[in-house]
Amino acid sequence: MDTLAPATFDVMRIRQDFPILSQPQARGRPLVFLDSGASAQKPRAVIDAMVRCMETAYANVHRGAYRLSELATNSYEAAREATARFINAGDTREIVFTRNSTEAMNLVAHSWGRGVMKPGQAVLISELEHHANIVPWQMLRDDKGNELRVCRVTDSGELDMEDLEAKLADGKVGLVAIAHMSNVLGTVTPVERIVALAHAHGAKVLLDGSQAAVHRRVDVQAIGCDFYCFTGHKLYGPTGIGVLWARLELLDRMPPMLGGGDMISYVTFEKSEWAPVPAKFEAGTPAIIEAVGLHAAIDYVTAIGMSAIEAHERSLVDHATSRLTQVPGLTLLGASQDRGGVFSFALDAAHPHDLATLLDRAGIAVRAGRHCAEPLHARFGLENGTTRASFGLYTTKEEIDLLARALTEAREFFK
Amino acid sequence: MSGLFDDLRDLYQEVILDHGRKPRNFRRLEDATATARGDNPMCGDRIELFVKLTADGHIEDTAFQGRGCAISTASASLMTETVKGKTTAQAKELGARFRELAMTGTCPDCGADLADEMERLAPLSGVHEFPSRVKCATLAWHTLNAALDGTKEVSSE
Repeated sequence: MDTLAPATFDVMRIRQDFPILSQPQARGRPLVFLDSGASAQKPRAVIDAMVRCMETAYANVHRGAYRLSELATNSYEAAREATARFINAGDTREIVFTRNSTEAMNLVAHSWGRGVMKPGQAVLISELEHHANIVPWQMLRDDKGNELRVCRVTDSGELDMEDLEAKLADGKVGLVAIAHMSNVLGTVTPVERIVALAHAHGAKVLLDGSQAAVHRRVDVQAIGCDFYCFTGHKLYGPTGIGVLWARLELLDRMPPMLGGGDMISYVTFEKSEWAPVPAKFEAGTPAIIEAVGLHAAIDYVTAIGMSAIEAHERSLVDHATSRLTQVPGLTLLGASQDRGGVFSFALDAAHPHDLATLLDRAGIAVRAGRHCAEPLHARFGLENGTTRASFGLYTTKEEIDLLARALTEAREFFK
Repeated sequence: MSGLFDDLRDLYQEVILDHGRKPRNFRRLEDATATARGDNPMCGDRIELFVKLTADGHIEDTAFQGRGCAISTASASLMTETVKGKTTAQAKELGARFRELAMTGTCPDCGADLADEMERLAPLSGVHEFPSRVKCATLAWHTLNAALDGTKEVSSE
């Protein structure tokens, strides 16, 4: 009996919302999609909303003085409002649309890092970061000299909070940039504590919510962070649209990254004046159709309920933990107390790529490699990478059972 | 319980699994006259290849080290066995034919020469059905080309 998920959460009914899940795969096997952490599948509501936008309400935004353009502008701005409500932003203008989380973090590194931070200030990240939350800060360091500090991760895959505090102690850290949930370990980081510690030492906090925003309710005001990033395509929305949320007073102080149309209030050849936020950060024609798709995705998960989704995934995590720990020769990476539906593992008899090829034959889609977190794999001595199964709201316990059976058979195959 | 993976025996033939588990010529070659490193940055496969050439252009010895999946390890192992004693021109020709075999499963234009060598490499032909894995099989051969051409590093991406 599943006591956590409310009775209204019917995973079999939810699966019917996702057309791809009923597409037969090679050799007639049903699709067992365990790579939602890389990118999630799309519900009919998202697909339809984007098609409807193109068929009935499409034109460029913020430009034409005609009805269609006004319709499109309204749809685009409605997506911003929905996004603001989704993460409980205090002001809709605090939502900047980007291409993805990576671009959102690069925007902060560029506009806050180069434009506002002083070269003497350090950036503090952690060992569990995705490359998207490592490389932009390395580029900032190499460009402007800002020191890059790295908080250690414990053997169980949690942030070493003593190390975090030690690395904040000298007051030189200007920005703490940490994942809200690890895309490899599943670890959910103690964001409220991180924020309290960072703020006490004069540092701002950026949270990479690419994974977390999909799995639980995010309230940026309750968390108290300064920047929050997530992406549409992991949230059952389309590719090509991501979100940077930042406090209005921070966005106001940040110079734009890209120049062009839409981001100015007036232009002469001598000088230009920036448009107010968020337009200042959205040069050029934005991802209009994708914004409509993101809006539909937010409406979709909100209608189901983020707490219901979280409860469902919690029951999947418990189930997967018990099943996977029974697979002979399997080592799970990370054993965080607070974790989401992402499991990376190594099987003693098989290289991750051989394993992924085998699992693919069983209709199971998993990711193999280092999941854009090469330093984290080095930290755990897994240079060959790992195999990762990541869950979505449509994942079932039966799929996890099949994964466990396939892993057991794969080990026999290679022995 | 019927095996989920029985039909994968075409790809993972016993000889592949054997060479993957116990690669031959898996060592450094201290007196190598040419070396090269091959990287597959997508998956982290990495091979360091050592070649010892005679004055008249024969491969007297070759060995490799590194890490990788069963396919890439077995391919490197079989390659070192196959090219030993060949001229550099023959080794390059074998590499070209092997890449054709790995990508298409056949090599219609392969001549009668080197037929025995191609037969030894044939167990890897099944990889052509797995496009994402072809580069695992060809990494060692790309690296051999780099070593013979005097290029120090090659990436299979």
